[in-house]
Amino acid sequence: MELGKRLLEGDKRAAARLISMIENDDPEAVAILSAYFSHTGNARVIGITGPPGAGKSTLVDKLAKLLRKKDAKVGVLAVDPTSPFSGGSILGDRIRMSDLNLDPGVFIRSMGTRGQLGGLSKSTLGAVKILDIMGMDYILIETVGVGQSEVDIVKAADSVLMVMVPGLGDDIQALKAGIMEIGDVFVINKADRDGADRTKTEIEMMLDFSHGDWRPPVSQAVAVNNIGIEELTDNLDKHWSFMKDSGKLIEKRVNNSELEIIDLTQSAILKKMMGNDDNRNRIRELAKKVAIRERDPYSISQMVLKEMIVGEEGGVKD
Amino acid sequence: MDRPIRVLVAKPGLDGHDRGAKVIARALRDAGMEVIYTGLRLTPDQIVQAALQEDVDVVALSILSGAHGHLLPKVVDKLKEEGIYDEVLVLGGGVIPEDDIPELKKAGVAEIFTPGTPTGVTIDFIKNNLKRSL
Repeated sequence: MELGKRLLEGDKRAAARLISMIENDDPEAVAILSAYFSHTGNARVIGITGPPGAGKSTLVDKLAKLLRKKDAKVGVLAVDPTSPFSGGSILGDRIRMSDLNLDPGVFIRSMGTRGQLGGLSKSTLGAVKILDIMGMDYILIETVGVGQSEVDIVKAADSVLMVMVPGLGDDIQALKAGIMEIGDVFVINKADRDGADRTKTEIEMMLDFSHGDWRPPVSQAVAVNNIGIEELTDNLDKHWSFMKDSGKLIEKRVNNSELEIIDLTQSAILKKMMGNDDNRNRIRELAKKVAIRERDPYSISQMVLKEMIVGEEGGVKD
Repeated sequence: MDRPIRVLVAKPGLDGHDRGAKVIARALRDAGMEVIYTGLRLTPDQIVQAALQEDVDVVALSILSGAHGHLLPKVVDKLKEEGIYDEVLVLGGGVIPEDDIPELKKAGVAEIFTPGTPTGVTIDFIKNNLKRSL
């Protein structure tokens, strides 16, 4: 618990250690987050997503610097993919943020996805809470480079910034379901390249079809030259005001909390099931019956639920 | 607890040759480690702050500029100042003359890997010399 106290005081080393502990499923870290949860909810959480190489890290660097000028404290969580083969990863987002290393008001952490497929890591939500407790005013979450369907960032952020670049495809790409639906604010980075205006038009057209009270603004930027960053933060601020004034912020946070409860319960159930050898062997035995068609998997799963989770009396098994 | 080894791969000082650092980063990745690659031209302070925030087990420094005698001990000193040297294994790699190695080791760099070292040697060294348990 001493770690929790240090975290509350803004100690970076405590934050670094706690994020590792959360990543490694350490029960002590869970207890600390549980005890200090009332200190969360103060930070503004912004998700930054988009295809690989769109310039997300560079934009995060520039956004963080602008926020620092306004004296806000900024936490950054940068997620990169873990190899499904070796379990290793190269986390390279810091390359674009090295000027921020020495800023006392900035904390940057790189995270490997470690098997998670939605563009974040399993521990990202925990890490957000840690940065929140340590007193960050803004938390920028940079997702892995996404394709078409990695949308977990909506569950973690108050606003989602979609970073696009010119020349990735025609207007049909912009019409497709998936990541294009989750942007609250759009930016076309590398806007000094050919086709930036056309990309903007195509995104605007796509957005014309969507309904709702919020029309995502689309701006252009050349992050590497620090161009378009102020307009972008203005747009993010507009979204934030809209969320607060319309009551959508609390609605979104309720939705996100609901998803988190379901997620945590699901993993607890799975852990209870698979965390003990007797259960694993039992499932293996039952699987043999299913394989030779002696039993069916539907009724077996009901049986497993009763045996391993619910217990005879209807209560949860220890 | 089963967790990946976290390694910060950094290039201190003013040299732009990162081929070796990239080769080692890739090899460590394939050995199942989480490699935080921080890029070129970092100061010892920047490296140590990154190591602290990333809670790494290893700081691997690639250097080909000839300034190893100055920069590597400086990283060690800063790690000590931050109170994390006891947890972090410091390694050096690059064009470093044999004669300079004892001095660097005395300064707190655990091992130096010169050109031609098979990546497996470095991987084994890391696995066998971590300062904190996995």
